[in-house]
Amino acid sequence: MVDYQAPLRDMRFVLNEVFSVPRLWQTLQLLSDTVDEQTAEAILEEAAKITGNCIAPLNRMSDEEGCRWNDGMVLTPVGFRKAYQTYAEGGWVGVGGDPAYGGLGMPKAISAQVEEMMHASSLSFGLYPMLTAGACLAINTHASEELKQKYLPNMYAGTWAGSMCLTEAHAGSDLGTIRSRAEPQVDGSYEISGTKIFITGGEHDLTENIIHLVLAKLPNAPAGSKGISLFLVPKFLVNADGSLGERNTVSCGSIEDKMGIKASATCVMHFDGATGWLVGEANKGLAAMFTMMNYERLGVGIQGLAAGERSYQNAVAYARERLQGRAPGNLVAKDEIADPIIVHPDVRRMLLTMKALNEGGRAFSSYVAIQLDAAKFSEDPVVSKRAEELVAILTPVAKAFLTDMGLETTIHGQQVLGGHGFIREWGQEQLVRDVRITQIYEGTNGIQALDLVARKVIGSDGAFYQHFAEEIIMFIDSSGSSLSEFTVPLKEAIANLENLTADLLERAKADANEIGAASVEYLHVFGYTAYAYMWALMAKASLGKESQDEFYASKLGTARFYFARLLPRIYSLSASVKAGSETLYLLNAEQF
Amino acid sequence: MKILVPVKRVIDPNVKVRLKNDGSGVDLDNVKMSINPFDEIAVEEAVRLKEAGEASEVIAVSCGGHVCQETLRSALALGADRAIQVETDCDLQPLAVAKLLKAVVISESASLVICGKQAIDDDAGQVGQMLAALLGWPQATFASNVAISEGLAKVMREIDDGVETLEMRLPALITTDLRLNEPRYASLPNIMKAKKKPLEVVAAADLGVDISPRLTVLKVTEPATRKAGILVEDVTQLLDKLKNEAKVI
Repeated sequence: MVDYQAPLRDMRFVLNEVFSVPRLWQTLQLLSDTVDEQTAEAILEEAAKITGNCIAPLNRMSDEEGCRWNDGMVLTPVGFRKAYQTYAEGGWVGVGGDPAYGGLGMPKAISAQVEEMMHASSLSFGLYPMLTAGACLAINTHASEELKQKYLPNMYAGTWAGSMCLTEAHAGSDLGTIRSRAEPQVDGSYEISGTKIFITGGEHDLTENIIHLVLAKLPNAPAGSKGISLFLVPKFLVNADGSLGERNTVSCGSIEDKMGIKASATCVMHFDGATGWLVGEANKGLAAMFTMMNYERLGVGIQGLAAGERSYQNAVAYARERLQGRAPGNLVAKDEIADPIIVHPDVRRMLLTMKALNEGGRAFSSYVAIQLDAAKFSEDPVVSKRAEELVAILTPVAKAFLTDMGLETTIHGQQVLGGHGFIREWGQEQLVRDVRITQIYEGTNGIQALDLVARKVIGSDGAFYQHFAEEIIMFIDSSGSSLSEFTVPLKEAIANLENLTADLLERAKADANEIGAASVEYLHVFGYTAYAYMWALMAKASLGKESQDEFYASKLGTARFYFARLLPRIYSLSASVKAGSETLYLLNAEQF
Repeated sequence: MKILVPVKRVIDPNVKVRLKNDGSGVDLDNVKMSINPFDEIAVEEAVRLKEAGEASEVIAVSCGGHVCQETLRSALALGADRAIQVETDCDLQPLAVAKLLKAVVISESASLVICGKQAIDDDAGQVGQMLAALLGWPQATFASNVAISEGLAKVMREIDDGVETLEMRLPALITTDLRLNEPRYASLPNIMKAKKKPLEVVAAADLGVDISPRLTVLKVTEPATRKAGILVEDVTQLLDKLKNEAKVI
């Protein structure tokens, strides 16, 4: 395994040259004073240093060691405590937090890059601050002023962590059926009882306190998802003066033994009349959780990208050095016993697929992050609303497509190393195992696809989709002929998606099963088309500079590869979408 | 007590250095640059002395073009209080830098200068010693431990025979060795504060010293590549080669 090097050059390219983000920051009053290009640069440099030097070296051994449960306590692997402390002391947990409560108020366009570096260093490690940031977001948006003042400063500072307690043994994708209860008490607090499973960071030794956000039902709550409320339940109760008080009656029953992210504690959590406080309105807990979902889901998508990037770095280094076979045609390394495997067409196919999907994914996740910033910081209601609707439709794509591509890229990265990709030493198999969960948690990718098609495309009667399509068409129309090698296939791709979307809207009216039958492949067509837009934008930012700097020549070469070799996947996927639901129901349950 | 810390912008230590085709020097186009690692150690030491109450202010100084401001911001993010850029486009050699720094030390009335022991780009390792000589100050080079109290600096340095301890009265100059300390990571709040800390630009021409180059670089080449090893047949042959070819025994 080679040392992880944060792709700072590419991040800078995406932020400054493709999207001109620093110019955008200047126009947003709430941001112009906080951040500029130089500050962003300094932040990215330092994030690269701390993640690369302090976290990345722990990744391999922490996978071997895993977390250990001992009588209700959970011990994280060697080195995690010290690294977490360094990370927290640097202020990185609160990078995007509300400055009114001690957060740093950085735009998502920056924190998305920080997240990528953190997750590439260690997916397991990254989950602890990620869950804390998510919990902070929910508290900051929905909790009372008193709760915010009491909990947010320590959470942003990283001295307290957060967890999200949603899933129960019988209620995963369908949270409407949860059984955890909340009994109101005379002092305004609640007693929470129930058992939650799959709770990331439910218990660990990294922080002095853990603040759980728990979904539970009030007495006489309406059935289903409209009867769920959100509660804040600390591991240690917090005294009026802010000091830690009694241990709350919440405990970790066990931790899961799993395929990947072994250094992240996945806990069974018991709440036995634990003291908690209502966050937001009664029975609106699920909606409260969804406000942070857009951020979290983008974050999980970035995990997919991060694993792909680390795998790519290892694979390229290996392919340049590993000598096997001779290049078709002329010898490349005449003085060696064989040529480096990077000369072989199939190795190049795998490496370029990884590069094209990683860099396309970085541009796309940054694009979504920029929309999140526009939605949050813009003072123009029209701009803000459009950005919000774009976020709504692009978030499920970002979550599912980036993580699906994360699995594809890490598998290519494993394949490039042959047998060395299968054994543990090189770290490639760990990336495959670690990235696999990203397709499952935070709403499975199947659920994301349903969200995209049913709620976002059909739910807005195609309106959200139109924002994105119109932007792409405008870009194509405003681009000159020098870019036509990219804009012509992009135009065909968007026409294909347009046609597919209209077809789906029509068929869904007749048969609701059509939505679920088409959704996953539709999401992939959407994803590849979105990446084609990203690659056209990146090509535009590189064209004419290719002779000055190899970076741009490499970009253009990768853009050409994407359009020639990856974008055509949309036509096969579209054929599947159009095949409809009929063949999914030819077998009855017994015939499987 | 004011501490002055000179910092230099150099090629990042993790970057593979490439030469220009004409052999005139190192290719700096699109290369990642960073603060010289020994200077980072110097900033860290100065900031620790301030945190310990031994110093009142830490001033970072860099000589060169506008791009040096990035390096100065790095020093500010690590905890320096303010920065001075001595602006010049001239090719600066060690003696010129020492003269410029002398002018700044005097105008700031600093009583301690902490330098990196050398810059990792040209490895000259001269500025600190020259600056101390120009100022007429005592110097302790390659420090691995520094303690300051009541106007005295006690400096430990790792030498071939063990650890040597020097004591000198301030004002004085110290250069840092690798093991003096482990520089902290700049925190996010400090990175953001660094943007607002004062950074003064002084024209080198206004300092009234001669900074024209005195040395000429003739040629810059790659180090000789290592030759492949050979298998010796027996111990006798090995001894023979060590004695007569390598001449090490």
